[in-house]
Amino acid sequence: MLTFLRDRKVRDILWQAAATLVTVAVIWFFVRNASENMVKAGIASGFKFLWRDSGIEVPFNLTGYRPSDNILALLWTGIVNTLLVSAAAIVVATAIGFTVGLLRLSRNWLLSSLAGFYIEFVRNIPLLFFILFWYFGVLAALPTPRDSADFLGVIFLNRRGLSIPTPDDVTGLRLALAAIVVLVAVQFGLARWAARRQARTGRDFPVWPVGLVLCGVLPILALVAGGMTTAWDVPTLRGFNYRGGFVLVPEFVALFAALSTYTAGFIAEVVRGGILSVRQGQIDAARALGLTEGRIVRLVVIPQAMPVIIPPITSQYLNLIKNSSLGAAIAYPEIVAVFMGSALVSTGQSIEIIAITLAIYLALSLAVSVFMNWYNARHKLVTR
Amino acid sequence: MKSPWLQTLRQRLFATPVDAAITLVCLYVVWRLSVPLLHWLVFDATWNGTSRDACKGDGACWVFVRVRFSQFMYGQYPIPERWRVDIAGALLVATAGLLSWRGLPHRRGLAIASVTVLPLAGLWLLYGGLGLRIVETREWGGLMLTLVLTIYAGLIAVPLGILLALGRRSRLPLIRFASVVFIEFWRGVPIITVIFLASLLLPLIMPSGFDVDRLARAVLGLAFVIAAYMAEAVRGGLQALPEGQTEAAQALGLGYWRIQRRIVLPQALRIALPAMTNEFIALFKNTTLVLIVSLFDLLGIAQAALADPAWVGMNMEAYVFAGAIYWFACFAMSQWSRRREKRLQAAYGR
Repeated sequence: MLTFLRDRKVRDILWQAAATLVTVAVIWFFVRNASENMVKAGIASGFKFLWRDSGIEVPFNLTGYRPSDNILALLWTGIVNTLLVSAAAIVVATAIGFTVGLLRLSRNWLLSSLAGFYIEFVRNIPLLFFILFWYFGVLAALPTPRDSADFLGVIFLNRRGLSIPTPDDVTGLRLALAAIVVLVAVQFGLARWAARRQARTGRDFPVWPVGLVLCGVLPILALVAGGMTTAWDVPTLRGFNYRGGFVLVPEFVALFAALSTYTAGFIAEVVRGGILSVRQGQIDAARALGLTEGRIVRLVVIPQAMPVIIPPITSQYLNLIKNSSLGAAIAYPEIVAVFMGSALVSTGQSIEIIAITLAIYLALSLAVSVFMNWYNARHKLVTR
Repeated sequence: MKSPWLQTLRQRLFATPVDAAITLVCLYVVWRLSVPLLHWLVFDATWNGTSRDACKGDGACWVFVRVRFSQFMYGQYPIPERWRVDIAGALLVATAGLLSWRGLPHRRGLAIASVTVLPLAGLWLLYGGLGLRIVETREWGGLMLTLVLTIYAGLIAVPLGILLALGRRSRLPLIRFASVVFIEFWRGVPIITVIFLASLLLPLIMPSGFDVDRLARAVLGLAFVIAAYMAEAVRGGLQALPEGQTEAAQALGLGYWRIQRRIVLPQALRIALPAMTNEFIALFKNTTLVLIVSLFDLLGIAQAALADPAWVGMNMEAYVFAGAIYWFACFAMSQWSRRREKRLQAAYGR
């Protein structure tokens, strides 16, 4: 009678139908409850609230946002703040991470142990701990504006934050930046030309020393020249606080310091693993060919380690961006704090606000995983 | 001069002049940093006393931690009922200790009990009912809350993660699709937003009058995210298993669930265990995020203690104490996992 159940195809369809039915029923149950509860609480659903005036102060913003702007502008300010702290922390975390990861592989036992100590220290403590520690432990213990620590008399650090000078007119710096872009492009072209010429004729070209001048010395000179020709708004002490320049609020400094040092520990492990994944035979073979140590690192180790390093490092970057949401705990005005926090409290549109916030982070994750798939596919083609 | 010990020292620290210079610079830095640190932590610190006045020196004021110790452990849990927490803790330690003894008789039975009966018993002890006074979850706090969050979220996350990993490799396209969507959704959003989401949405999507406890919301939120990460860890183990294992079991005529339970999972979970331990450590660290919905776990209670006017300026002491507990717990877990991995490598030659 029930013999048709023995057919695998029939059973597959029945299983899936049952699973779909259960899922739909559960979702329907939740949606019905939610709409009933919302009617009871008198909440109107919809996205019209985004164009309402926000009336929320944001102490730190680069978008020129004012409380009289609408909630969409508030969201945009939160996004910009998230991206700002993430971008700054990614750069520094990468620098510290690569350094510590390489030091961990040092032949010097003491140096490698110190790097290992750093890695084990940051990886075994919650990130929120570091954020609170920097904010309430370190920055709160900094001197008052009157006794600020100053660097070269233009940058001042005190418990109200980090005051840095800003240029009054950015034309000079824009020119310098354009010059740098051109120089880097020239270096790329030069490297390709040199590689092709070497393949054709065997003649070598000092690509690296030239590159050092093109991408290192000249850009610095350009920036200095750009900086010299502009007038700077240098922070000065007036009364009890510094005026002028730009103030990086303590929330930013604490979040930035915690995110970069914490993620650096994870990046260091990725870098170490990547370099160790290059087999000793490769290095021995390169030595047997008579390559110098520098060339072995540049031509044999790094090209083989990078494909191993880049995918996990990308996911560390993604983690860092997601972790920047912990800034909400110290009221750094990023997406979660200004939108899921302030805007939600003032409008009460919890479902819409949660949906938008999750959508932003999901879009970001999706973009990163698309990049990773593209990178992996490209790498597979290269190795043949 | 030819002792092997000195020889090793020389090779590892003073192989070349540059190496020697690096070693000396490192030693100097370590010395400059550790001496003031040790003075603050130990030598100049005040250990005994009952109030702030006892702290006269330049060092740490451990009196603060001493006075607040029981709060760091139990939060606002009523003092006359704290023996219940102690018993639950003792049960936890005893079970873990017994399970780590590999020759234990009825070890399998105890393992099953430890994930079914014991968590319920723990819940009864901590919450109350059936003859015990009820202690509302808002009074829970400190290290105890951290452990409750970790253990109960883990108890949901591990089985859910295994099911999701199996679902992601399922033959049935709809099941596969649902698993992928579930996993990628929770992995794609920050945990803090999930805890927010759970605390705001769960009351909204439940029938009115049916209240989900605030702590339960946080546990569910954490469990879903960790389950998604767990699923990826388990998937790694499933992928490492040769296809022949399943094929051989199919040839013997075993059904799907029996193949998974008897053949695939025992081997795959063994391979996946280091990755799963990492996720567990991440869960332990992420329990701190419940601070955002005003639950006071160990870090939260340390943070809250700073607001006490009688103990202004004890930030460093509170952080060092809480941080040390987190560090030791996570470090112990990762060392345990590493040693286990080594033992398995020796046993199975992988």
